[in-house]
Amino acid sequence: MKTKFLMGNEAIAMGALAAGVNVVSGYPGTPSTEVLETVAKNNKGDIYVEWSVNEKAAMELAAGAAYTGARTMVTMKQVGLNVASDPLMSLAYLGVKGGMVVMVADDPGPISSQTEQDTRTFAEFAKLPCFDPSSVQEAYEMIQDAFEYSEKYNTPVFFRPTTRVCHAYASIDVKDEADYKVNQPEGFVKDTSKWVIFPRTTYLAHLRMEERNTELKGIFSEYGKNQIIPSGAGSECKKGIASHGISFSYVSESLETLPQKPDVLKVATPFPFPEQLALKFLEGKDEVLCVEELDPVIEKALTYVCGKYHLPVKIRGKFTGDVVAAGENTCDSVKESIAKFLEIELPKASVDTSDMPKLPVRPPVLCAGCPHRASFYAVKQAMKGKKSLFCGDIGCYTLGNAMPLDMVDTCLCMGAGVNITQGIGHLEPDTNCFAFVGDSTFFAAAITGVVNAMYNQANMTLIVLDNSTTAMTGHQPHPGTGVRMMEFANGNRPVKPEDIANKINIEQVLRGIGLTTVETVNPLELDKAIETVARVAAEDGVKAIIFKSPCIALCKKEKVATVNKEKCVNCKKCIRELGCPALVTDEEGHVTVDVSQCTGCMLCSSVCPVDAIALK
Amino acid sequence: MNKNIVLCGVGGQGTVLASKLIAQSAMEKQIPVMSAETIGMAQKGGSVFSYLRMGDNLHTPMIPKGSADLIIGFEPAETVKMLPYLKEGGSVVVNSCATKPVTAMLSESDYEGDEMIAYLQKKVKNLTVVDCNKASVEVGSPKVVNVILLGAAIDTGELPISKEDIKKALASRLKPQLLDMNYKALDYVAMTGK
Repeated sequence: MKTKFLMGNEAIAMGALAAGVNVVSGYPGTPSTEVLETVAKNNKGDIYVEWSVNEKAAMELAAGAAYTGARTMVTMKQVGLNVASDPLMSLAYLGVKGGMVVMVADDPGPISSQTEQDTRTFAEFAKLPCFDPSSVQEAYEMIQDAFEYSEKYNTPVFFRPTTRVCHAYASIDVKDEADYKVNQPEGFVKDTSKWVIFPRTTYLAHLRMEERNTELKGIFSEYGKNQIIPSGAGSECKKGIASHGISFSYVSESLETLPQKPDVLKVATPFPFPEQLALKFLEGKDEVLCVEELDPVIEKALTYVCGKYHLPVKIRGKFTGDVVAAGENTCDSVKESIAKFLEIELPKASVDTSDMPKLPVRPPVLCAGCPHRASFYAVKQAMKGKKSLFCGDIGCYTLGNAMPLDMVDTCLCMGAGVNITQGIGHLEPDTNCFAFVGDSTFFAAAITGVVNAMYNQANMTLIVLDNSTTAMTGHQPHPGTGVRMMEFANGNRPVKPEDIANKINIEQVLRGIGLTTVETVNPLELDKAIETVARVAAEDGVKAIIFKSPCIALCKKEKVATVNKEKCVNCKKCIRELGCPALVTDEEGHVTVDVSQCTGCMLCSSVCPVDAIALK
Repeated sequence: MNKNIVLCGVGGQGTVLASKLIAQSAMEKQIPVMSAETIGMAQKGGSVFSYLRMGDNLHTPMIPKGSADLIIGFEPAETVKMLPYLKEGGSVVVNSCATKPVTAMLSESDYEGDEMIAYLQKKVKNLTVVDCNKASVEVGSPKVVNVILLGAAIDTGELPISKEDIKKALASRLKPQLLDMNYKALDYVAMTGK
C-alpha cells in the first residue's frame, strides 16, 4: 500500500489497472475523459487502449474483447451512453465472459452536458447491476469490486461516478503493482447458442437476468459499501437519511455540525437495490429523507419496500418537494434540507454579503485566436441579408452562439445539426441551410447525416470546422489526425511502425459520399473565406466547405497584434463584431490588445476599417 | 487541525497550479488533502474555483459556506463572489487587478476593480491586497501571479505549510532556470510589505 494524491478519474483508472484490465476503449466526454487517458499513461504495453470513433464502437469493441475472457472497460459520459445503448441493451441478454465495466460519468447540474439523465435509472432499464461511488478512495476500491461481480455473474456492469467524484482530488491508499491482479484471457470459444442473439436466446436470457437480479438484491445487502451508518448509542431519533454518491459526503459533513444524529443509509448499488439492508434500516423509523442527485432512485425503491412490507414510514425527497428536483446538490443545500427535515434552525451566515455589489457574468467564450471565430464570422459576412439557418453541434464551436457572433441557431446532440438543417430546409426551401460540425464530431456522428442529405437530395452547405483535434474535452486524437491513443500517450513518438495510422481525409470521405463541391479554406484568410462561402452557398444540392486551421491552444504563439493609436478612430468595430477576449479597452476607453491573450491571428486586422491593427 | 481554502479567479490565471502546490506540500507533511476544481467548458474565460481541504476526517472536497479559513482571490470580483464561503475571522488575499469579461464591453456587466476591493476592505478584517500587475512586472513575468499570491497566503499564517515547503514543490515541477524568479515571487509581498 502507498498513498497517492489522485483525481477521481485517475483513481478509477488505477483501480482498473489493479483489477488486471486488458482492454480499455472509450470516447472523450466531460467528466469521463481522464479515466482512459490515465490508463494510457500508466500502460506498460500489455493493455490495449483506444479512443474509438464513438461510444457505440467503443462499447462493441469492449464487448468483443470481453467475449474472449479479457477484462474490459469502456468509458464515456452519460450522453455517450445513449449512443452506445443499442449494443449494450442486447449485450445485457448475451452477457460476457471476462469482466466488463461500463464506466459512465453522470453530470448533475449539468455542468458541461446537454442532459441530466441518471445512469442509475438506465441501469434499471437495461437490467444491469450498477455501482455508484461516493469518494475518490471508494471509486478506487469499487471499480475493482465491479470487475469481480461482472465476471462472477457474466454480465456487463455499470460504474457511474458523477462530476464531483470524477474531478475531486484526494490523498488515497493504492495497491503496490506487485499486488495487481493478472488476467490471462482464455480466447474466443465459438458457441452460436451463446454469442448469436435470437428471439429464443433472448427469452431464456431474460428469465435468467430477472432471477440473477433478484438474487443480487440479497447479495448486495451484504456488500460492504452498502452501509447503515448508525446514529450512535442511545439515540432516540426516529428519523433516517438515505443517500448516495457525493451527496452522501455532503450528508456526513452536515451531520457533523448538527445536534441530532439520525441513522444514515448509504446506497452504493442502486440496482439491484439492497432490499434486505433497506428493510433493516427502515425498521422502527417514522420518516426517511432521501438526499439524491438526478433521479429519485433510492426514494422510489424505499417507497416500494415500504409498500411491499407494509411499513408505516414516510419517505421524503424529490417527490415530496423536500429536495430540489433538478441540478446538483451542495454541502449547503443538503444541510438546509436536513435541518428542515430534523426541524432545526440553522445559524445565520458568518459574513453578511446581502449588500454585495453587482458582479460580472462570465459566460465561456471562444479563445483569443480561435479559428472557429473566423469561420463563423466569414459565414456571417457572406450570408448578410440572406435568409439563412445555422445549425450547430457539440464541441467548442457551440460557443459560436454567444454575442456578438450569434451564429448557432440550433444545437441538440452529437451530429444532429446536419440532419436538423435538412428537416428545416425541406419545409423552408428559400432558406440557405448550413450545418457546422467539428472534425471529431464529423467522424463520431455526422457522416451518416451527410449520406442522408445526399440520398434524399437536400439543399445544404456543410461546414466542417477542422482544427485537427478534439479540443473541448482536452485535445484527444481522432481518425483525422493519424495518431492513435497509445502513440499519443507516449508523447507522439511512434513506438512501432504499425502504431502510425493512416489519416482519414475528410475531403475524400465527402467526395466518396458523392459531394462534387468540397472546398478547403483557411478561415483566417478572411476575404477568401467569405468569397468561398458566398459562392458555395449559391450552388444547389449538398456541398461542403472545410475550414482548416489548427486549434490555437496547440499552437506556439509567435506574434501579437498591436493597435496603432494614431490610425485608430476608436470605432470599436473589432470588439463589437468579433468578441475576442484579447481585444480590450484601456483606462481611457481606447481599444488595445491584451498581449497576454493575443495569438496574432490578425482576424481583427481584417475587420478594421482604418487599417489600424498590425503585427507587432 | 483542519483547514479549508478557496482559490478563485478567471480561467487561465493559474489557480489550479497554486492549488496543486499547496496540496503537494501538505501531502509531503503527511497531512491528508482533498480538493476540487473547475474543469471543462467553464475554463474558457469563465469563473473558476479550486477548493482545498486539509486535515483529518475529511468527508468531501466541497467546502460549505462560512467555513473557509482563507480565500486566495486572483480577481477582485471573483473574490467578492466567493466571500460567502469565508468563515468569521478568516483571511483573504486578493489581486487588485480586474480581469473584465469580453461581455463587459458589449453589455451592462461592466464594473470597477476598486469598488470590489473597497467592499472587501469593508467586510474582511484580515485582508491582503496585492497589485499583481505591478508585482509581476517587478518580479519579471506575468506567469508568476499565482506564486506571488501563494506567498502572501502563507504570510497570513492560515496554511499549515511554509515557504520552504512550497519551494520544494516548485523545484519538483519547474525547470531549474525558472526557480529563482518563482522564489522571488514567493517572497515578493513579505519583502515589499504590500
